[in-house]
Amino acid sequence: MTRSARRTRRTLQVAGAGAAALLALSACSSSDDSSSSKSNSSASASPKMSGTVTVFAAASLQESFTTLGKEFEKANPGTKVTFSFGGSDSLAASITGGAPADVFAAASPKTMAIVTDKGDGVGTPATFVRNQLEIATLPGNPDKVTSLKDLTKSSLKVVLCDKTVPCGAAAQKALTASKLKLTPVSYEADVKSALTKVELKEADAAVVYKTDVHAAGSKVQGVEFPESADAINDYPIVLLKNAPNAVAAKAFIALVQSTEGQKVLSAAGFLKP
Amino acid sequence: MTQPDTSDAAAETLKGGPRRRRVRMTGRGVPLPLLIPALVGLAFLLLPLIALLVRAPWRSLPSQLTSTEVWQALQLSLFSATAATVVSLVLGVPLAWVLARTEFPGRGFLRALVTLPLVLPPVVGGVALLLALGRNGVVGQWLDSWFGITLPFTTTGVVVAEAFVAMPFLVISVEGTLRAADPRYEEAAQTLGASRFTAFRRVTLPLIAPGIAAGAVLAWARALGEFGATITFAGNFPGRTQTMPLAVYLALQNDPEAAIALSLVLLAVSIAVLAGLRDRWMTAS
Repeated sequence: MTRSARRTRRTLQVAGAGAAALLALSACSSSDDSSSSKSNSSASASPKMSGTVTVFAAASLQESFTTLGKEFEKANPGTKVTFSFGGSDSLAASITGGAPADVFAAASPKTMAIVTDKGDGVGTPATFVRNQLEIATLPGNPDKVTSLKDLTKSSLKVVLCDKTVPCGAAAQKALTASKLKLTPVSYEADVKSALTKVELKEADAAVVYKTDVHAAGSKVQGVEFPESADAINDYPIVLLKNAPNAVAAKAFIALVQSTEGQKVLSAAGFLKP
Repeated sequence: MTQPDTSDAAAETLKGGPRRRRVRMTGRGVPLPLLIPALVGLAFLLLPLIALLVRAPWRSLPSQLTSTEVWQALQLSLFSATAATVVSLVLGVPLAWVLARTEFPGRGFLRALVTLPLVLPPVVGGVALLLALGRNGVVGQWLDSWFGITLPFTTTGVVVAEAFVAMPFLVISVEGTLRAADPRYEEAAQTLGASRFTAFRRVTLPLIAPGIAAGAVLAWARALGEFGATITFAGNFPGRTQTMPLAVYLALQNDPEAAIALSLVLLAVSIAVLAGLRDRWMTAS
């Protein structure tokens, strides 16, 4: 073998190793948040509740539902509430795919319909809260944003949710209703990443849910706008047909709808249905 | 890595399987305990790709692929991947040379750092880029206040994100080639009066050109498929920062058929790259 041939071989070998590395590494970008939650309970016929209730809920409910879960466990010793929070779309897909869940709380009737259309729900879903859009601006509102119209100023970097996700669809609805044309710098894949861009001060404003502004605390400042009334999202909740622990699940839904539960949800910024 | 034996094997693997001669030498076919997992492995790797072809909306494909949004995303993807490759070449080849040809304390550690973006989750890379080069970032705030340059939400930002994840591929590839190349040619050039840079330009570069080309193709392919760092750092705006992988991800939320069509395009481009890599740089010369 000549020197140059050997060199070529080495080049090939390097490129080969590189190609292998490429194939191994190139697919590690998006993550799948459909979670696997376990449910080890069985539907017990005894009146006393026990076992695990598995609740699939929209990401925006994380704060308030975690609080409600703790209250439920305290009121019913022997029970445990486990949550799987995520995008309503992917949660709905997990449920129709056979995930062992007891309760589904979605961020929009459209995503709830994915489950109920397949006959995976029991009865009609009940709207338990509503969520309104709000403008998130930098702390202290340095750009003096007071209305949706202010966001159309070209000097402002505004991010919206993509039209494919509920918060983006709602924002579009509000903009259309007020006949405003807004060109954002980015259409973000979900409401949390839109808010993050403002929290990191990369964007000047974002149109997100009131509850997200609330959850972000002092990192952003919320500005309410009247057009948001045209794009209010209903949050439906339903008991699932194949619920492993239907008795406790019903009790949890009742807690969410109770005065006590509504108090927790209002504190997080949700509106009463 | 430097054993001629392994390099032969790697080359043969890329060429499409081991040589016949060897198979005959081991004799009487493949043992079952090897054959079965091998076939399962093959199916595991190929099945998703076949599924993509089976479920492809062939009838609506022409109209899907000629929509402006797809063209915008494809054009942007091709442009930004190429630009990222150019950036990687300009910065990566000298870096590879420094790593391969010089001795200094901490070189091994530096080499490990260079490879870090290879194993770093791309989203983490995007967050890191935001914190470094964002409008409010460690360096980015100065870029903004001195030059009025902000990288997030711009096509330049896409190129930066892609170069960040793709350059290590080029550096590793070129560094390996440099190590394999005989340094005596450079030394000979230097004894004949060439400066070290002239020796690099006139002797080393032509010597390692195939390795640079292979590294550039790998970097280009990696840049083309970049998703996490791009969506985190550059955002998503059609025509400006929405590359093909982003378009695929968002299309999947409400129009799976469009997502499949877009995926097919990326699949075709990737296969073309691998095929090109094999024919041009593997079997030639």
